[in-house]
Amino acid sequence: MNIRTIHAQEITETIKRLCIESNCHLPGDVKHCIECAREAEDWPGALNILDRIIENYNIADENVVPICQDTGVACVFIEIGRNVHIDGDIEDAINEGIRQGYKEGYLRKSVVGDPLNRVNTGDNTPAMIYFDIVEGDKCKITVAPKGFGSENMSKIKMLRPSDGVDGVIDFVLKTVDEAGPNPCPPIVVGVGIGGTFDKCALLAKKALIRDLTQRSPYPYYAELEETLKKEINRLGIGPQGLGGKTTALAVNIETMPTHIAGLPVAVNINCHVTRHMSVTL
Amino acid sequence: MEHKITTPLNKNTVQACHAGDTVLISGEIYTARDAAHKRLVELARQGKPLPFDIKDSIIYYVGPTPAKPGMAIGSAGPTTSYRMDVYSPTLIELGETGMIGKGKRDNNVIEAMKAHKAVYFAAIGGAGALLSQCVKKAEIVAYEDLGAEAIRKLNVENLPAIVVIDCYGNNLYESGRSDYLNMRKSDDVEE
Repeated sequence: MNIRTIHAQEITETIKRLCIESNCHLPGDVKHCIECAREAEDWPGALNILDRIIENYNIADENVVPICQDTGVACVFIEIGRNVHIDGDIEDAINEGIRQGYKEGYLRKSVVGDPLNRVNTGDNTPAMIYFDIVEGDKCKITVAPKGFGSENMSKIKMLRPSDGVDGVIDFVLKTVDEAGPNPCPPIVVGVGIGGTFDKCALLAKKALIRDLTQRSPYPYYAELEETLKKEINRLGIGPQGLGGKTTALAVNIETMPTHIAGLPVAVNINCHVTRHMSVTL
Repeated sequence: MEHKITTPLNKNTVQACHAGDTVLISGEIYTARDAAHKRLVELARQGKPLPFDIKDSIIYYVGPTPAKPGMAIGSAGPTTSYRMDVYSPTLIELGETGMIGKGKRDNNVIEAMKAHKAVYFAAIGGAGALLSQCVKKAEIVAYEDLGAEAIRKLNVENLPAIVVIDCYGNNLYESGRSDYLNMRKSDDVEE
């Protein structure tokens, strides 16, 4: 078995680049969904807003400026091959990349060091880091800056098994309805079902970084994604909450096994600026 | 209806703004979000003067990204307004006449807006790159230690916004959505 060494410096450089690029360039699948929504929309105010949203991400692309001023807390997902050795402290390397990227990219520093005493850390560290150990000798790095206008509208609920799929649908719709205009619709809805309280929330977050044009590989959940999207868009909240056909661009569901007594459901909402970018080293 | 608004925003102009109107705002406006609002209201409670003249002012709820060289400001779209709900009635009583943000407001804010004649505008959330182009000049006037949350005086030209809640209590978040749903219902009947 060959062990491949990746230098910590390489992780730092990659994180730095991903911070800057993900904040300035919206992923192609998100743009595609917004442009499809623009084509399908029939409410005049909504059309005007969608046009401005498209104009905005084009300006960001062209001038290499942040799409949104909330350049987020940096969520970092690391899939590390079991045959990889990192030469150095990987968490330090990631946070150094965040520090450099947010400074050199003119990104906003939006992290406070303590949730109640609230002093800005000044460099957007620490990142929210998740590790997964996978087969092979590669290291896949994903940076997903997460804005808090939408994060604040997210919810988790421990349903009873007897609540079933109807309970899940009801909870997702209530969460989106209560959020209304606050999370900057059109939104992307990440849904986690199963696991434990903590794992369920992580599933919902991971759902947000999946390609919006790809449905769940499980036919049952692919159909549930379509049903939820249709029902959400029947709410009429519309772009920016001022009415219209387009409330959700996509619903992505991730699931895992759970306890015989439970049915956890988490809804992580993202705005139309759903940012993420990955590189495999 | 589309209005061109120039600051200071007096009560006559406020009363001419109706939910659903679009506006283009020009002149000097001030930025403040959570942390700055907290400090302003603490000053007000102590009877101390605020760091800028709040009478007939517009406060924009924004924490911009740092300006790149040669630019007046970085990306500068609105933040969610409900977090300022606990502070806004005090500032409205002190003379603030306009707020720019996005998202719902609570009843205490709306009652203060009706009582003292103030208007709530929404700018497009998530359109920070586009909105930054309307900002011609930005200077910090207070609380530099707050970084992105410092109070800035912005000179804006034709900043686009929508009147969402007017000084009569009309709310476009409610009427826009119900108008759309009614339109769709009548379409369903025709089909």
